[in-house]
Amino acid sequence: MEWQMYIFAFLVGGAISMLGQLILDFTNFTPGHVLTGFVVAGGILGGLGVYPKLVEFAGAGATMPISSFGNALVQGAISEAERTGVIGVLTGMFELTSTGITAAIVFGFLIAVIFNPKG
Amino acid sequence: MARDPKRKPLTVDQKRYTEMVRDLVPRPPYLRNSLLAFLFGGLVAIIGQFFTDIYRITMNMSVKEAGNPAVATMIFIGALLTGLGVFDKIARYAGAGLVVPVTGFANSVVSSALEFKREGLVFGIGSKMFILAGSVITFGVVTAFFVGLIYALFVF
Repeated sequence: MEWQMYIFAFLVGGAISMLGQLILDFTNFTPGHVLTGFVVAGGILGGLGVYPKLVEFAGAGATMPISSFGNALVQGAISEAERTGVIGVLTGMFELTSTGITAAIVFGFLIAVIFNPKG
Repeated sequence: MARDPKRKPLTVDQKRYTEMVRDLVPRPPYLRNSLLAFLFGGLVAIIGQFFTDIYRITMNMSVKEAGNPAVATMIFIGALLTGLGVFDKIARYAGAGLVVPVTGFANSVVSSALEFKREGLVFGIGSKMFILAGSVITFGVVTAFFVGLIYALFVF
């Protein structure tokens, strides 16, 4: 790990972003479509066990792109389902993503209150 | 822009006009765009990794635990840059390099909230905040629900 992790993070984070840019340039999808598609893809790859391996390998290169949100939802649901059965899918869903959603709501709200639209 | 060759030849003015239009219509610079997206996406990942390591070392967390505050930090940075009006200026060059990482998620939340700010705190900021990012959460949760259900019913 240590410094090599930064190289892998750069390469994987860059590759995922580049894939998004290619989809934007070559198709008529909007950024909203791309983000949604990446989250779904991250969720499916998370269920298949591929995404956790990518996180292990590339660190923030895999956790920073939005696809990790889908993966984290799935990992939360699965790990809780493992303990408590089917109901765990509901109770564990936001176990790992609560940080991201809370941060987005709180920071988003405060910054929208403080700043005014530019341009 | 293939022209029927049997048609009447264009007048000088028309020819000049078509040439002008051809030169002006922007073609997305595919290579440049994707290289910039790669560069900025990679840069965001490096900054994220840096924060992950900081939290891991200073707060004695495991790599997995340290990812969460790092994501929150990147969301804060993305939200702040959007509020300052800087995000869009960088994103003009970075494209998906800033949109695909969580910074783009933060940007979509803050920019929607700011756009509807004049409709008030409750109905403007409060309800319109997730007008773009909401679909990410909806599709993410629905996907995760079915993936989790398949796991719970068939894998364990």
